[in-house]
Amino acid sequence: MALDSDAQRDFKIVGTRVTRPDGVDKVTGKARYGADISAPGMLHGRILRSPHAHARILSIDTTGAMALKGVKAIVTSADLSRPEDNFFADIGDNCLANEKALYDGHAVAAVAATDKATAKAALRLIKVDYEVLPHVTDVDAAMAPDAPVVHEGRADETVAEGYSQNVTSHFEFGHGDLEAGFAKADKIIERSFKTAATHQGYIEPHACLASLGADGRGELWCCTQGQFNVRTMCAELLGIQASQLRVTASEIGGGFGGKTTVFIEPVALALSRKAGKPVKITMSRDEVFRATGPTISSSMDVKIGMTSDGRITAGKANLRYQGGAYPNGTVEFGAQSAFAAYDLAAVQTLGWNVMTNRPKEAAYRAPGAPVAIYAIESVVDELCQNFGLDPLDVRIKNAARKGTLSSYGPTFNDIGLVATLEAAKAHPHYSAPLGVNQGRGLSCGFWFNFGGNTSVSLHLNSDGTIGVVEGNPDIGGSRASISMMAAEELGISYDKVRTVITDTNSIGFNDVTDGSRVTFAVGLATIKAARAAIKEMCSRVAKIWGIDEEAVIWEDGAAKPSGPNAGDFDPMTLADIAAVADNTGGPIAGHHEGNADGAGVSFGVHLVDLEVDPETGMTTVLRYTVFQDAGKAVHPDYVEGQMQGGAVQGIGWALNEEYIYGEDGRLQNPGFLDYRVPVASDLPPIETVILEIPNPGHPYGVRGVGETPIVPPLAAISNAVSRATGVRMAELPMSPPRILKATSAKV
Amino acid sequence: MVRVKLWGSLRSLADGQEFVEADATNFKQLVDQLAEQYPALRPQIKRGVSLALDGVIYRDAWFTPISEENEIVLMPYMVGG
Repeated sequence: MALDSDAQRDFKIVGTRVTRPDGVDKVTGKARYGADISAPGMLHGRILRSPHAHARILSIDTTGAMALKGVKAIVTSADLSRPEDNFFADIGDNCLANEKALYDGHAVAAVAATDKATAKAALRLIKVDYEVLPHVTDVDAAMAPDAPVVHEGRADETVAEGYSQNVTSHFEFGHGDLEAGFAKADKIIERSFKTAATHQGYIEPHACLASLGADGRGELWCCTQGQFNVRTMCAELLGIQASQLRVTASEIGGGFGGKTTVFIEPVALALSRKAGKPVKITMSRDEVFRATGPTISSSMDVKIGMTSDGRITAGKANLRYQGGAYPNGTVEFGAQSAFAAYDLAAVQTLGWNVMTNRPKEAAYRAPGAPVAIYAIESVVDELCQNFGLDPLDVRIKNAARKGTLSSYGPTFNDIGLVATLEAAKAHPHYSAPLGVNQGRGLSCGFWFNFGGNTSVSLHLNSDGTIGVVEGNPDIGGSRASISMMAAEELGISYDKVRTVITDTNSIGFNDVTDGSRVTFAVGLATIKAARAAIKEMCSRVAKIWGIDEEAVIWEDGAAKPSGPNAGDFDPMTLADIAAVADNTGGPIAGHHEGNADGAGVSFGVHLVDLEVDPETGMTTVLRYTVFQDAGKAVHPDYVEGQMQGGAVQGIGWALNEEYIYGEDGRLQNPGFLDYRVPVASDLPPIETVILEIPNPGHPYGVRGVGETPIVPPLAAISNAVSRATGVRMAELPMSPPRILKATSAKV
Repeated sequence: MVRVKLWGSLRSLADGQEFVEADATNFKQLVDQLAEQYPALRPQIKRGVSLALDGVIYRDAWFTPISEENEIVLMPYMVGG
């Protein structure tokens, strides 16, 4: 659906900062999250997890646990179906280990009991006989030919012979003559980088309540980014029909990509089916860290050539991502994103996806892009330093723009990178003075965004208000944005509209809330649903007036005659039409079901000032500004919130967050005391500058904004630390000990 | 005939070609013909591909019209977080 020809119109509601519909419920404790749901006769589920990084499961003896009073059911992988499709089989295997435990924390069995204490006690009575196997948690070590093999036979056709079986897929992107490009450079810098795995860090742990009968009919309430996706996965893993499983998404306390799959839901359903009662499972924070989706960790080599006047002549990157104990598909997005901000005659990115004995990777905002762009932007910054060039001028000089052949294949059409860079250049932040031990860093960021399958239903109520029903959990303010777009289209006030997110059996299919898709795709579907309702309203009014339907137009929330020749009638408002709907043909509604494309790619630029304490190596972020092309910002508060949230998560990734594994392959820091996320007192106010360059693929020009903001912070922070300390940093996180080690080596 | 650009690691599966041609008027015809002409591409096509049409990325739209006037690029199936 293309941009409306009048998209530059004066919006009445879109673009304002209306009251958020979920605010009161959240601050008063009324909002119901995953763990807030209960049922009569409910049992409590607990999960037994592997203490080994890699071990063959020789036997599981549940006799003693089942004999414990209060224990009603125990399940293992034998209680789940084994789908033929590897995608589903891996998800099931991750929920309950089959044959081998593949990482510390891998679920091997689960208990349902009448109370939590009994369930916990029963876990200790389950006897698992393990044969401990050699393990590997580092990506480079996992690629070595003699590395312990996590799974055999999972490499696809793109992997050349000679690699470890842990290497599952290989990707290459790019164009041009690299050799000729590097020959034109006045300086070539080659560097290697490593980044640690980080967790999405959502505050709400996974929780669900499941009820499944022996007849295959069930109900599931859970905290998820996509109830339809949960239904699909659970139906596969329980061997039941999707139509018989009704999944309702709770309010969600953060997801960031990590709640786009299942962990406990099939287990709770299997326990419920066996026990004949509802089963509730709530993960502890320790379980969230050990067994749910962190992002990848990486090892990367980058080579970039530049002329003395700042023109990049060629760029090459080798990216190696480990995604835990199953084949992952992430490096291809890092490889496509790595050089996307640049207009290059010669560029190549190579990527390898690798398995290790770590938790199965789950998506995390712009999966794969932040670390790849961190490596590229670090080398570009170092080249700027080498030549004494302004890093923003160099980026503007080399920026991708309309007509640029992108590093991942297509030619860009309308994109907002140059405008974003120029906004950063003109901002007072860029020229503010710096003090001793302080540095300023910047980075570009990029993400694709997409649309996807979406169903929306919009109903007129008899009092002239509107109900919008949609199926995407609200993780970033979408209920407000959807209501705003409905109100804008219908010409009524925002407070007349309420948007609700419904269950899987009450509306057509919806893809997961991911890919920065919801405000774009659900908004687009809402506009189409509203236009369908308007068409019906105009039809009803035409009958009332006794004129042709084409002679009725919709304007300012009312049906009007299209002109003097149509007749002289007083406008009928939406409320007027709704009030007589019974008499004119019955309920009035509009709906839209479709698979949206045209989301449009997104660019951002981040600018940061920070200070590094030379005595302790501690970094203090002093000032941070985010510039992003958001397309039309429907609700600027929420857009700014996405920009600020992405920046903060990226700051944590850059400075402190890290999965730390011991020699035994066990996770050493599964808790927020030892896994350090930034808190409010660590941060300055995050300033935001929204650029509204309309997306040509949306009637209002809306573009996804949720993922791009996590891309630039890693490099922006690293470049600032490198400039503050005089030492080029090449490993994340830049925790105080790592900075001290680097600065000590300089002396 | 439409001309389709393949990403680097697919080229070895299509006789080393960066661009391949197909007699197709929509996305489905295109991927069906590629699978027919280059059987080594079938596993990737089965796993999923996206299509960039004049710079706009499409994920699943079989009936998206394409013509020789378009820039057509095959891409991995898009995901997000």
